[in-house]
Amino acid sequence: MRRSDRGAWPYLFLTPAIVLFTLFLAVPIGYTVYLAMRRTKVSGLGLGKGARREVFVGFDNFAAALSDAELWQGWLRVLGYGTLVLVVMLGLALVFALMLDATRVRLARFSRIAIFLPYAVPGVAATLLWGFLYLPSLSPFRAILDVDFLGATTVTYSMANVAVWGGVGFNMLVLYTALRAIPRDLYEAARLDGASELQIALRVKVPLLTPAIILTTVFSIIATIQVFTEPTTLRPLTNTISSTWSPLMKVYRDAFVTGDLYSAAATSIVIAAISLVLSFGFLRVVRNRAFGEG
Amino acid sequence: MSTPTETVAARHRAAGGRRPLGVVPTALLLIGALYCVFPVIWVLIAATKSPGELFSTSTLSFGTGFLDNVTDLFAYRDGVFWLWAGNTLLYAGGGALLSTAVSAISGYTLAKYRFPGRGLIFNLLIGGILVPAVVLAIPQYLLFSKIGLADTYWAVLLPQILHPYSIYLARIYAAAAVPDSLLEAGRIDGAGEWRLMSRVAMPLMVPGMVTIFLFQFVAIWNNFLLPFIMLGDDGKFPLTVGLFTLLASGANQPALYNLILTGAFLSLLPLIALFLTMQRYWRTDLSSGAVK
Repeated sequence: MRRSDRGAWPYLFLTPAIVLFTLFLAVPIGYTVYLAMRRTKVSGLGLGKGARREVFVGFDNFAAALSDAELWQGWLRVLGYGTLVLVVMLGLALVFALMLDATRVRLARFSRIAIFLPYAVPGVAATLLWGFLYLPSLSPFRAILDVDFLGATTVTYSMANVAVWGGVGFNMLVLYTALRAIPRDLYEAARLDGASELQIALRVKVPLLTPAIILTTVFSIIATIQVFTEPTTLRPLTNTISSTWSPLMKVYRDAFVTGDLYSAAATSIVIAAISLVLSFGFLRVVRNRAFGEG
Repeated sequence: MSTPTETVAARHRAAGGRRPLGVVPTALLLIGALYCVFPVIWVLIAATKSPGELFSTSTLSFGTGFLDNVTDLFAYRDGVFWLWAGNTLLYAGGGALLSTAVSAISGYTLAKYRFPGRGLIFNLLIGGILVPAVVLAIPQYLLFSKIGLADTYWAVLLPQILHPYSIYLARIYAAAAVPDSLLEAGRIDGAGEWRLMSRVAMPLMVPGMVTIFLFQFVAIWNNFLLPFIMLGDDGKFPLTVGLFTLLASGANQPALYNLILTGAFLSLLPLIALFLTMQRYWRTDLSSGAVK
């Protein structure tokens, strides 16, 4: 039996995925682009039939989104928050993965499971737990540190901590899995050359881990730009987080509170575009650094 | 274990004797473990305290009010917490099951068949990984509203079935776990393509499918944005949205804190149990084929 006999089977097997892709990915993306280029036009007093019409406005909504001061403040907040989360979370994930892979570690299995544990905790629950741990009336940390964790400036760090706590284990596991796939003889060769464990980690393991580090960074950038759950969940516990703290929170407010779907659509495309540009920009920079020297 | 690895291990041991530095990595890892486990232990202890004890007793001493808290929680608004738990199980279980089935069949097809459009279809499906959820959730809501399905179970279930990364994992796993020779042998014996897929390929892919199921189960269980946008009726909420509304209504009433903390603690138990019992299936890389 040759390939021609299989005929339509591959397409048949792929039909569910293609249908789902069309309905829940392609059509919504197209609809967002459509909405982002339209606006309700009100003529006269806006009364009566035909006084409100939806019209094509081209890139006006994008221009409005790009010049929106409230949104820019959101971007700046997320930039600070995101940089903090990415550096600390991925840094810790890398350190933990390298330590797990080191030759003489005790209780490695226990530590690996414990550090991965927060992955099983939903973002809402994680924020809720930490939110109560930050609350002045309950916080066990107040005894040691006299800090208001939910103050105007500290709240960003407190929120970053929740994201780091929730994400470090998963990223550690990705990096650790990649480390285990590296042939052990490479370390042996370095060891025979007199390299210390630290030198092997920094000079041999980290360069070989580059693809996995790139992967985790890109996924973390995409996730961090869309931060929504943590600030939304923390809002009831403090008055320092506005309803437009992050760009995605502004999208939510535009769409469901003020009912301006067109702005919401345009802003969400801007968020998607920025996350794609950042991801690909990061890929380019790293590729040039890591592989461009040869 | 082959002989060369044994000599390597022996050399490790010999070299290790001269390097008593395992203390630093061990200590760092234990500090990390403590940081990650502490909030979970804290909420376990907080859930045992009565409303009075929560603010008066020391952080790490167990209280006496656990059963009262659980009773109160289940009495809260005629047991809506139970409903949230059941809904979550339905969304995560049903969604992950469907998602795994779709991913496994797609991954198998993309790995084992050559046909026009294969590269294009694969690239399109995988491109979905890079699409941020934000550009999807709002139009999905509007489209569901148009066909009258917003605020129904379908609105949360259907959009989460397609999961590009799972298709990618399934393709890698199928390539490693389903031998071409077995499929060819089946074809020579006259088995049809459907039979080969359902009776030969799928059983071989079960370990990889368990991993995909687990990751997807957790992803849906943890999702907040989609149900938050799609649902208005709190009888259909999953636990994440339910806990959020509980927090939003009780944040300025310290008397409700016990309820919220007990709810948060109970909502963690199923996933932590799943997580600890299925240790060997939590893998981020399926390329080596069989999960041992």
